[in-house]
Amino acid sequence: MTDSLKPIIEVEDLTTSYGSHIVHEHLNLSVMPGEILALVGGSGSGKTTLLRQILGLDRPKNGVVKLWGQAVQKYVGPARLALTRRWGMLFQSGALFTALSVFDNVALPLREMHYLPSDLVRKVVMMRLKWVGLDERDALLMPSDLSGGMIKRVALARALSLDPELLFLDEPTAGLDPQRSDEFVALIKALHQQLKFTVIMVTHDLDTIRDLSTRVAVLAEKHVLVEGSIDHVMTFEHPFIKAFFLGKRGERALGPHV
Amino acid sequence: MQWLKTASALEPLVSIEQGVAFVRGDWNVQTLSKKGEAARRVALLKKLPKLAQWNISHMGRLDTIGGQLLWDNWGGQKPQSLIATSGQTDLLDKVASGQSNQPQPKPATDGLAWVVRLGEMVQVGWLHARLLAGLLGQLVIDLLAFIGSPRFGPWREISAQIFRTGAQALGITALVGFLIGVVLSYLSGQQLAAFGAGHFIVKLLGVSVVRELGPVLAAILVAGRSGSAITAQIGVMRVTQELDAMTVMGIAPSERLILPRVIALSLTMPLLILWTDALALLGGLYAAKVDLGIKPAWFLSQLPTAIGITNYWIGCLKGLVFGAWIGLAACHFGLRIEPNTESLGRGTTASVVTAITGVILIDALFAIMLNQLGY
Repeated sequence: MTDSLKPIIEVEDLTTSYGSHIVHEHLNLSVMPGEILALVGGSGSGKTTLLRQILGLDRPKNGVVKLWGQAVQKYVGPARLALTRRWGMLFQSGALFTALSVFDNVALPLREMHYLPSDLVRKVVMMRLKWVGLDERDALLMPSDLSGGMIKRVALARALSLDPELLFLDEPTAGLDPQRSDEFVALIKALHQQLKFTVIMVTHDLDTIRDLSTRVAVLAEKHVLVEGSIDHVMTFEHPFIKAFFLGKRGERALGPHV
Repeated sequence: MQWLKTASALEPLVSIEQGVAFVRGDWNVQTLSKKGEAARRVALLKKLPKLAQWNISHMGRLDTIGGQLLWDNWGGQKPQSLIATSGQTDLLDKVASGQSNQPQPKPATDGLAWVVRLGEMVQVGWLHARLLAGLLGQLVIDLLAFIGSPRFGPWREISAQIFRTGAQALGITALVGFLIGVVLSYLSGQQLAAFGAGHFIVKLLGVSVVRELGPVLAAILVAGRSGSAITAQIGVMRVTQELDAMTVMGIAPSERLILPRVIALSLTMPLLILWTDALALLGGLYAAKVDLGIKPAWFLSQLPTAIGITNYWIGCLKGLVFGAWIGLAACHFGLRIEPNTESLGRGTTASVVTAITGVILIDALFAIMLNQLGY
């Protein structure tokens, strides 16, 4: 596979601003196939904005975001459609379609392929639901009947419904209790090992970062301050990193450091 | 496009070589979702004799959707001997872990379901009536409390609502009122002229506009305009738990949200009706001048005797009741919105339909009760 040497996502010299407020300035980032990259940063450091720009939901002021070697804005028409079928996104609050049942939410991307036989769609949807620990009875529930943890799991099942090569996770464990959060991390980890997709996630949760990510990129001072393994990142001298990784919280999650 | 490239167009997708079934080509969702492709492949697999040995390692791309197709063909288990890459084995394990034996339960269909639905509709109607009565009672309590200590009342909210439901509705009510006045005067003017009774237009127009059309027209416009806005706003507040937040802080939503809206609508509705009346009469005056050649000065001088102040008071009283009803119905449906998008749409529709139907019912009641007055 020659693909594995080329980055899937390349963010080049990105500048974003809202009015006079500059969010990103000359930001560079690349994501290689198969890795799980955690985007870390303080509130308002533009993590979610960056994610939205990679997805092509927002347009940056300057710079390009490339997916599989081509600028995301250049994907139009059928190419954009094909692109959207290669990725899946888990929104922070799930963004399930409230008018559709759990089953129909997960089936929607498959049905949008138009020519998949309905029997296969049903089996694949049930497979996805079973992966995330839901059963046949849950499939008929409406999103308004679900608990927060279940919404996340259904949203993950929906994000996975087309077997994406690239998975975006926006705060995957926010709002889950610690046990649920650990289960969710284990679930994504197992899926990643067997399906070998690439993950880019935004998170605040140190446990999630430690257990899941293969690489960490810290967003601060309007660009990627430092990236690398979690141990490498922690050695970087910066007030934000000190506060984030090396505080009491960090010690609890990552163990005492020297 | 790289990912759509098939392994090789020349090699057969499925073949048997020395007793081993070989599967080649791409078996991923992109390929399978071409028209008829999934069915074609299922048929190809079905044609093979039952074989114990399979080799899928020369396959192009495989994902769990293609995996599911193979899995079904294998009868829900791995073949005795399967040659596959480690990635493919992992993937098939994942497919295996996602299988369930139970068929998906289907909602039961019932021949007599319409009876149940009818009963449910009656129940829902009764429930709404009871809840509306409860809301009205709560409103009276809140109103008495407000009158008891007006200093801490929701003045700011009332004034904001008066601006939104009243001042901002002046344009649309003026336009519609004027046009209806023109149409009414023009059409009835022609009929009256045929009998040589053109000057009765003042009486006809005055009574019908001030007593009936003005109030109902303004109420329907306000129900569509402000009623839907109130329902949607309160509904979204409920969905985003803002109502719960208010309750937790000890602020009663009925006092802070419903009371100001109902008060504001009861105050603005009579004023909007007077405004609509005036514009409709102006439209009628204009059309009478063009169509029947009636001088505006004469038209205006005839108006006071034609209409009578009682009709105006009736219009204002109607406005008060209509306003309170629209506000109450809009708040009621807003509070019943469930946290899904469909419910929001349904609730807003129900609010406007109920408000308008109610306005017409109340109007009929007024017509019967006050039929001896004002002629």
